[in-house]
Amino acid sequence: MKELVELLAKALVDNPEAVAVHTQEDDSGVTIELRVANEDMGKIIGKQGKIARAIRTLAKARGAKTGKRVSVEIQP
Amino acid sequence: MSWVEASGTTIEEARQEALELLGAASEEVELEILDSGSKGFLGIIGNKLARVRARLKPAPAQVIKEFLTQVVQAIGLDVSFQVKPEEERWRVEFEGRDVRILIGRRGETLNSLQLITSLAVNRCLDDKVRLIMDAEGYRDRREETLQRLAKRLTERVRRTRQEVVLEPMTPNERRVIHMTLQDDPWVETCSTGEEPYRKVVISPRRKGERH
Repeated sequence: MKELVELLAKALVDNPEAVAVHTQEDDSGVTIELRVANEDMGKIIGKQGKIARAIRTLAKARGAKTGKRVSVEIQP
Repeated sequence: MSWVEASGTTIEEARQEALELLGAASEEVELEILDSGSKGFLGIIGNKLARVRARLKPAPAQVIKEFLTQVVQAIGLDVSFQVKPEEERWRVEFEGRDVRILIGRRGETLNSLQLITSLAVNRCLDDKVRLIMDAEGYRDRREETLQRLAKRLTERVRRTRQEVVLEPMTPNERRVIHMTLQDDPWVETCSTGEEPYRKVVISPRRKGERH
């Protein structure tokens, strides 16, 4: 899961070295915390959150494959 | 793709040398001038060669393939795909055991992958490319479903004389509804709301507005 979000984020930003992904897993599922450089926030979120939504959807597909509930939090 | 450096007495000579090293035609490479060279004093002292560096332009198909291979593997999907050139865009077609997961609810996952892949590959390419992704005929099936839905709802609008608001759809899906009903004598369509919750409304055509 971490690999997927990291791969997607790094492919979209200007500062791939600033991409950091942490995962937390508990009974309710997996929470993924994605951090990117401040100036890259727009590239990760997109107009009306379009890109962020697409990242979440793909993470959920990974969750569907592994039977886990997934949430992705994006922070600068 | 790695750079090669070449030099010559003129930029043109250096450029020819670089093309030869790469074994490529000039439209296949990107080229940067490192040093335009100089004739020096009386052509003897301080002669400097012109230097350029060049590399093959990344080919869209290759960039798309590399990125998608990684993503499909990271999601853990058992699917294979082909990348085909079309007029003014690239078509990616998926097939395999996990296509239903790949498509997702009403194509949501496929559309997300299409958006992110398009953004990611265009960051690596000089010339912008357009992408369309499909999986085992999903796009055609969805279009037929929407056309049937549009016609069924038109019947309801005619009968009840009440407008019907459809569920949120992508711009392409809304276009299918608008196109299907554009010449219908009984109803008219419009879109309302903000993306991504924008919806089509089918309403009775007002009198005197038949076209």
